[in-house]
Amino acid sequence: MTRIRFQRSLDELKENLLMMAGLAEQAIQRAIEAYRVRDLSICDLVSRSENAINRLERDIDQAALDLLAMEQPMAIDLRFILSVIKINADLERVGDAAKSISDRVRNMEQMAVADLPVDIPRMATLSAEMVRKSLQAFIEADADIARNVLTMDDAVDAMNRAAYKSLTKVMEEQSHIAPQALNALMISRALERVADHATNIAEDVIFWVQGDDVRHRKSVAAQKEKDAKTTAS
Amino acid sequence: MGVRIDVTNLNAWYGTNHTLQDITLNIPANHATALIGPSGCGKSTFVRCLNRMHETNPIARVTGTVRIGDLDIYNDAKPVQVRRRVGMVFQRPNPFPTMSIYDNVASGLKLNGYANRRVLDEIVEKSLKNSALWDEVKDDLKKKSGASLSGGQQQRLCIARALAVDPEVLLMDEPASALDPVSTSKIEDLIFQLKSQYTIVIVTHNMQQAARVAEKTGFFLNGRMVEFDSTHKIFTNPSDKRTEDYITGRFG
Repeated sequence: MTRIRFQRSLDELKENLLMMAGLAEQAIQRAIEAYRVRDLSICDLVSRSENAINRLERDIDQAALDLLAMEQPMAIDLRFILSVIKINADLERVGDAAKSISDRVRNMEQMAVADLPVDIPRMATLSAEMVRKSLQAFIEADADIARNVLTMDDAVDAMNRAAYKSLTKVMEEQSHIAPQALNALMISRALERVADHATNIAEDVIFWVQGDDVRHRKSVAAQKEKDAKTTAS
Repeated sequence: MGVRIDVTNLNAWYGTNHTLQDITLNIPANHATALIGPSGCGKSTFVRCLNRMHETNPIARVTGTVRIGDLDIYNDAKPVQVRRRVGMVFQRPNPFPTMSIYDNVASGLKLNGYANRRVLDEIVEKSLKNSALWDEVKDDLKKKSGASLSGGQQQRLCIARALAVDPEVLLMDEPASALDPVSTSKIEDLIFQLKSQYTIVIVTHNMQQAARVAEKTGFFLNGRMVEFDSTHKIFTNPSDKRTEDYITGRFG
């Protein structure tokens, strides 16, 4: 084994990203908990962790940039560092989404509790599970777990679409609880984004481990099918 | 124009040392192909087999087939004919120190019987232009010796000398390893331009250089070719674990 210093730097980069991942995962779980129990002290914790996430994001990017400039990594090392940079950005956005949810919870706290036709806890559980699994895939360098995460995204998208439909109907028909419905809609949207970031992380893990770029496969296939139909007609 | 090179079951020995073992490889025309691998892996021996230089060593031996275009260089040609079609540039620039810049470039032509001054002038100018050296030496062609140039200029002079005899293939054995970064970058730009006219095979220890200039890359290890693929594939996602370990610096 050569390049011991480089290997140590890669390990350090991975450890820092895992720390970042821990913070982001904790932030989203806290935001969901704050929604569930309407506790503003938990919202404060989310705000505080966002600052730590932002600091760590800059540190990780700097360390990755240094490695690219100084070590000229190749192959799996190059893919690893590129994936770290992208996962880092996605984790920061997960932190942003947690903050956005906790802001909505603060807002809702000042309003009367309304019975809304949306299952936020269920959607939150699924989104958080996707984040957890995508990070497990990263920790274990396991492309199979990552591919499993990709299959979960459609369910969250469907829930978000259903929430949009039912909550806009509430806003139209029951104007006295429209503000609560709007907040719930924004939380649903934030959870859907969290699931998208988990999907991105899973795609980056697959790229790192197998060198396979699986992004946008569905849309590319759909476009090809459309083009084929146009050509045939 | 460049021609393709087809190598089949190539084996080479230095005495009893079996330095190249069963190399089969198709090098595309008008592309730059890089050969990488740790010291002693056989990559330099391989390029020396492509212009029959390996056999200049009395204890060396070669078996197998090498086709340069449609010419079977071991069965249908003499070494001199082969080297006219296959130019070579070495790690250390080796201009003839007592000759002028002009004579350095014209030397190969004169050996091949060219005597017409006007033709020689034209070829020398064209070769120096093709090697991106003309603008720097055109006023001193016959006044200055090849040895008076800088290391980077000397290497481009050697490239001009190789190009003057109008080869189809240009072999480069670590052509920039003794040069500073600016001269290295000029050589790399040159390789990029030359491959539209010649087939280029470059041996290099500098993997970034291979990644920058070559479309195809072959990885040699212990006298065997482990992997040959597009440069993109070799440097981002090689198929063989040994290639990956080498390019990521885990051995070698």
